[in-house]
Amino acid sequence: MRRKPFPWHITVFLAPAVVIYTVFMIYPMFASLKFSLYQTVEGGRQLFVGLGNYARLLSDPIWSEPFWNAFWNNVVFFVIHMTLQNPIGLFLAVLLAANIRGAWIYRTIIFTPTILSVVLIGFAWKLILSPTWGIWFPLLDRLGLGDNEVAIALLGHESSALITLSLISVWQNIGIPMMLFLAALIRIPHELIEAAQVDGAGSWRIFWRIQFPLIVPTVGIVAILTFIGNFNAFDLIYATQGALAGPDFATDIMGTFFFRTFFGFQLRPGDPNMGATVAGMMLLIILVGVLVYLYGWQRRMEEVQF
Amino acid sequence: MQKGLFKVLVIAALFAASVLGGAFAQKLVIESWRTDDLKLWKDVIIPAFNKHYPDIEVVFAPTAPAEYNAVLDSKLQAGTAGDLITCRPFGKSLELFNKGHLAPLNDLPGMENFTDFAKVAWTTDDGATTYCVPMASVIHGFLYNKDLFDKYGFQPPKTYEEFMDLLAQMKKKAPALAPLVMGTKDQWEAATMGWHNIAPNYYGGEAGRRAFLAGKEGFHTDGFLEAYKALAQWAPYLPRGYKAVSYSDAQQLFTQGRGFIYPAGSWDIGVFRQMNPKLNMGAFKAPPPAGATKSYISDHQDIALGLNPASKNKEAAKKFLSWLTTREFAELYGNALPGFFPLHNYDITITDPVANEFLSWRQTSEGTFRMTYYKLSDQKPDAETDLWTASVNILNDKMQPEEAAKWMECRLASWYGPHKHFASELNCK
Repeated sequence: MRRKPFPWHITVFLAPAVVIYTVFMIYPMFASLKFSLYQTVEGGRQLFVGLGNYARLLSDPIWSEPFWNAFWNNVVFFVIHMTLQNPIGLFLAVLLAANIRGAWIYRTIIFTPTILSVVLIGFAWKLILSPTWGIWFPLLDRLGLGDNEVAIALLGHESSALITLSLISVWQNIGIPMMLFLAALIRIPHELIEAAQVDGAGSWRIFWRIQFPLIVPTVGIVAILTFIGNFNAFDLIYATQGALAGPDFATDIMGTFFFRTFFGFQLRPGDPNMGATVAGMMLLIILVGVLVYLYGWQRRMEEVQF
Repeated sequence: MQKGLFKVLVIAALFAASVLGGAFAQKLVIESWRTDDLKLWKDVIIPAFNKHYPDIEVVFAPTAPAEYNAVLDSKLQAGTAGDLITCRPFGKSLELFNKGHLAPLNDLPGMENFTDFAKVAWTTDDGATTYCVPMASVIHGFLYNKDLFDKYGFQPPKTYEEFMDLLAQMKKKAPALAPLVMGTKDQWEAATMGWHNIAPNYYGGEAGRRAFLAGKEGFHTDGFLEAYKALAQWAPYLPRGYKAVSYSDAQQLFTQGRGFIYPAGSWDIGVFRQMNPKLNMGAFKAPPPAGATKSYISDHQDIALGLNPASKNKEAAKKFLSWLTTREFAELYGNALPGFFPLHNYDITITDPVANEFLSWRQTSEGTFRMTYYKLSDQKPDAETDLWTASVNILNDKMQPEEAAKWMECRLASWYGPHKHFASELNCK
């Protein structure tokens, strides 16, 4: 038997992606991980400390308090996205898949915030909610909340700031789950739905018995994308609340905590080694999430794929 | 043949480089965070310098203030930083000097035109080496809307008690206007315009600051604690929704005449003149508590210029730095940027009346700089960032003054040697 020649063309096609991905993603990631195992000592020399930085991050209260604060804030941020952004995105997708008139207009409008710059979004919402001239106030007055301390300064209260920012982020990013769900819904063979209709099933039943089971793999993908996106988030918080993620660190998430640690802030010079350590923890958190998804969800999905 | 051509090209390139290098040997690049001043440097300061040294080309290349420190660090490490480096006061510049990124400037002609107080923010702890040429300081105080004061018949207060009375009256007589225009959203105002502004009167300026450094006083003792208590009284007089009012919101509120008094840094004067040229402003210094015999102001060294030892044009750079020590530069800078006060020894005239008012306080009050900037912010947790958090928490009614003071002192005592004894006295965990 003759051996097949080595498929050189595959190498050629893969090479650009592999090279670019290695140079800009894989190498920096490992370099950063390596960096987190060192400490800078007098004279700028790098001293190997093993997992010392990680131990410090988790045990020294000066580091562990802000770290856990950022972690739990990030969990809240993620939970709000999971419970609001994705179900609403799914709901919108189902509506759009039902051939309503002007669906493309809605699709465009709902997707627009997603393609806008986050800095712009942050700035616009800051103006909308600003207690000095926010257009939010006539509405508040009409609702009888004009004197409510929290309502007039949503971004200034610890109880409301993180939730407000999460909702802004949901509003901005809802287009992504919507589009993914929509693509999955359109792919469902029409005969299935028609057959169900002939059998007398209502829309509610069709959704739960036919559409939803068939898009479950997409639900998993959306969930993991949300997870990765949320635990990497930084820009919206930075644009609206600044690097200190006020009030009193109530909106500090992993990304802003990393930024302050790595680059420093105001009088505090940055600590690149500890910054890399925080980044290492972010990688670990995301890795755990992705592994849970791969082994707990996707494996099972493969068994039920149609 | 080809090899020969290559050789010729290399030689030509080297030759061109040396000639061009010669022509531009006198080019200087200034690193700075003062993006607001770009036009001023281009149109006023650099042309004035070029009148004396026409053959030195100067380029002012600022980076956004929030990114300046990080950008500068990476440029210095990569060896691509400019010849002249704008120096932040205290810790940051000392760190650069210790790493060899700022050259000592003790022998620079003209350095004798500055007092030790002017140079302190850019001198080593032992006082031996100065590494930046001081450019300007900023002074804290209060700006007020003169028209509104006249309308309601108010007078600037002389003591802190009068100040609080005045605020109460304002709230009663003009409920729609904010008595004190400041927000806590951006956090630094509460510490900078709030605590640093009024605190020197309570802890007694330089003497109090030195006692603090030596560990005789702490944030929880005497005047320092009193300052937190005084600041806590501001909360009822801040604008509606102040917890979400940012620095620029507050600037807008004041310049639009929607509030009476603005806790200021002198740099705001120039900004306000541009935002609303018709605004009729007055100023009063931080009012001392009743019965005080002396008054103190925050006169904070803010900006200086240093020399990058890796510069290829050190001689030209030194000429520029020397020129910064002259009366000509001091007058030019002080008047072009009302509210940035040159630190030179000369008696210069500032034309802006409000800026002049700020400057006149140097005669009647003793100056001191923002005390958390020196040594107390060298390590983590740094006292300056903690002061932001504490001041905001006091004004947002999240912490009592005593609680905030103790929290700050415990955090400082965790690493600052002279204060270690407070950790056990306060039962810090």
